[in-house]
Amino acid sequence: MLEVQGITQRFGGVTALEDVSFRVAAGAITGIIGPNGAGKTTLFNIVTGIYTPTSGTVHLQGKNVSRFAPERLASLGMVRTFQNIELFGRMTVLENVMVGLHTKGKSGILASSLRLPWQVAEERRFRERAYHWLEFTGITDLADHEAGSLPFGKGRLLEIARAMALEPKVILMDEPAAGLNSRETLELARLIQKIRESGVTVALVEHDMELVMDICDAIVVLNLGRKLAQGTPREIQENPEVISAYLGEG
Amino acid sequence: MTKSRSFLKHEMVKFILFTILILFLPLAFKGGYLLNVFVFVGIHTLLAVALNLLLGYAGQISLGHAAFFGLGAYASGILTATHGQNPWLAMAVVAAAVGTLAFIIGFPILKLKGHYLAMATLGFGIIVYIAFNEAVELTGGPSGFSGIPNLSLGGVSFDTDFKNYYLIWGMTLVTILLSLNLVNSRIGRGLRAIHDSEVAARVMGVNVRFLKVQIFALSAVISSIAGSLYAHTMTFVSPTSFGFNFSVELVTMVIIGGLGSIYGSFLGAALLTLLPEILRAFQDYDIVVYGLLLIFMTMFMPGGLVRGIPALVGRIVMRSGAGSKADA
Amino acid sequence: MHIGQQIAQYLLSGLSTGAIYALIGVGFAIIHNATGIINFAQGEFVMLGGMFTVFFLTVLNLPLLVSVILAIAAATIVGVAFERLAIRPMKNASPISLVIITIGGSILIRGIAMLVWGKDTHAIETFSGNEPIQLGEATILPQHLWIFAVTTVVIICSKLYFNYTISGKAMRACAYNSRAAGLVGIDVRRMVLFSFAISSAMGSMAGIIIAPLTMTSYDVGVMLGLKGFCAAIIGGMSSGLGTVFGGVILGILESLGAGIFSSGYKDAIAFIILLIILFIRPQGLFAKGDTERV
Repeated sequence: MLEVQGITQRFGGVTALEDVSFRVAAGAITGIIGPNGAGKTTLFNIVTGIYTPTSGTVHLQGKNVSRFAPERLASLGMVRTFQNIELFGRMTVLENVMVGLHTKGKSGILASSLRLPWQVAEERRFRERAYHWLEFTGITDLADHEAGSLPFGKGRLLEIARAMALEPKVILMDEPAAGLNSRETLELARLIQKIRESGVTVALVEHDMELVMDICDAIVVLNLGRKLAQGTPREIQENPEVISAYLGEG
Repeated sequence: MTKSRSFLKHEMVKFILFTILILFLPLAFKGGYLLNVFVFVGIHTLLAVALNLLLGYAGQISLGHAAFFGLGAYASGILTATHGQNPWLAMAVVAAAVGTLAFIIGFPILKLKGHYLAMATLGFGIIVYIAFNEAVELTGGPSGFSGIPNLSLGGVSFDTDFKNYYLIWGMTLVTILLSLNLVNSRIGRGLRAIHDSEVAARVMGVNVRFLKVQIFALSAVISSIAGSLYAHTMTFVSPTSFGFNFSVELVTMVIIGGLGSIYGSFLGAALLTLLPEILRAFQDYDIVVYGLLLIFMTMFMPGGLVRGIPALVGRIVMRSGAGSKADA
Repeated sequence: MHIGQQIAQYLLSGLSTGAIYALIGVGFAIIHNATGIINFAQGEFVMLGGMFTVFFLTVLNLPLLVSVILAIAAATIVGVAFERLAIRPMKNASPISLVIITIGGSILIRGIAMLVWGKDTHAIETFSGNEPIQLGEATILPQHLWIFAVTTVVIICSKLYFNYTISGKAMRACAYNSRAAGLVGIDVRRMVLFSFAISSAMGSMAGIIIAPLTMTSYDVGVMLGLKGFCAAIIGGMSSGLGTVFGGVILGILESLGAGIFSSGYKDAIAFIILLIILFIRPQGLFAKGDTERV
């Protein structure tokens, strides 16, 4: 599904990532872990087109998408969530999800301001789809709340609903469990599995080892900007290099 | 789903009430001096709504919008008075041309953000303003351009404040309705998304750059139409109406009324148009009041009148309620 | 006058207005680098410098040197007050709010100046007479020499300040990363206040030394301020030589443009350059690398 090859990223003199390569298999949940400063978020920012890598390529379903802008990646079926949730705070929960449907519509300025019949129909369809995704994440009752006023946990769910509204092929989640309590983390784990079952490939960066070992099919370990290991949760848990990297940090 | 539909119904009721208010307002003025002032409130509302789409919804500042207003006014004036073209046709052609210009310059300008965007739009505005002053053969230079015909429709010439009031408010109300539709649509959500988080909007597939430029051009088109209406109403235009100060005044209207509120734009336009009339007794003090207003509103009522007044009333009611309880 | 002589004359007058733009531009850059704010009220400090000097000279009949010192002090106090009352309370404001606040401040200062001193244009005596000095092909006024001298001294002083004093280095640290600066114990708020003080002092100096040549009134600040900003943009918002070159380039182009083409469009030149730079090289003419200044 997603293939990252030889990614190197330098900021000025600092090398954040060095020659990182891995694959995210279709239909699986892939976890990317590593101590703080390993370059996980930088990697996500490169894959989703927010940063341009110094060198290396990203392929999405065999297509070279390196240096594609985020909006282009979105229309190709790649979407992400953010570590510090990036919601549209002054819009309602429902409207947030409807932005996720943006690529599914084609009404422009003229059709929208004149409320042409097909635009009205499109809006109705958007609203129905948006409610579907609110139900999917279990936040239907919050539809008319302002997104900026949501508690953190609900905001995270909204971000996932909004991302899912794109009907992506692959969803990248940047520390989805950060800031959640243990009950919310459990719900999140179930939601991520539900997303995988719906046929969407998942890649996530995460610190919560329990969650990662629990739900991931494959794990990539980064340390100091390099790939340290890759394998199943069991293989990773038994890998001495990984253990020392984590112990060294702690 | 029912809730969202009732939201639209609610918006419609608000619009109808507003329309009725506007239609019957002249009865209260009895054709006096205030009627004339409210003709300008209409033009300013049109401009404020145009700028609000850009500034309040998409979150992109322009300190050069007076230029689009001025281009509309001068081009309409020149085409009709100098070249004898049909005013309505001229208005449409000019609006299209100004929109195209905005679209073209929009690409490099809207690549900039924050203070740099403010400076670039300001620079554009000043260049256009200087051209109005210097292209004397075309514009009449600093002394102005006169002899612009009134608009007419089916034999009715719009030559009184009363007729112009309905002409301009007719246009303004239509623009308000279309703008309300726009901001509650896929495009409007895209704009507001850009304002709240540009990176998230891009990740959701919103073509941020193109959408910004489109709304910049739309805003310019509406401003240009406002300029044409202004020219035909005044029958005279001069550069001072289209300078940096007026651009700032427009931004002030939008901010004082309330960023991201169409009706707020009306409140801001009304207040800033009426203010000089009210402050006339103080003569030169108006500029000081104006500066203070700008600072105080930004500091203490960042949501503008449209959100600030209800909040203020709420606070007073709460406090007096709490006070009376304490007394009892 | 033959053409070479004319051009030499344009270059000289361009150089002196350019020096003024540079002083104002450096003031812009200092505030911008310390706070990220483009202070739209910068031009008003230029106006205040000239107007306060007129006031101390003609109303209080003080000697020139005393008037100048008092005028700089007064403009600096206004700058500090502006920062304390309007900028500091807006801690987490968006750039748009800050643009509006500084525009509001600029209108307010201009309005008060108009109420206090009226709308008339005022003249100041040149500092050392009006005897032209022959300089090769061109002539030059003593006031021009004052402008060059003051600008040079001020720029050198600011360079020394930023490179060799503790507070200057602290201010550069704030510009680089204000949070980190705060963490290592630098009083960021004080540095912001300092930046407003320094740049209003510089602006007022520019206003004082140019006033004898161009006269002054309550509304001269707008254009001078904007031109200063252009200089800073050309110079890549550096508080040093970049902006000085920016100012000089701008001044000379303006002067040549006005002389050779038309004087009416003179003011447009600065803004056309501004737009070109913002579109093509937003990091300025002299900066290396491609850090986007957005």
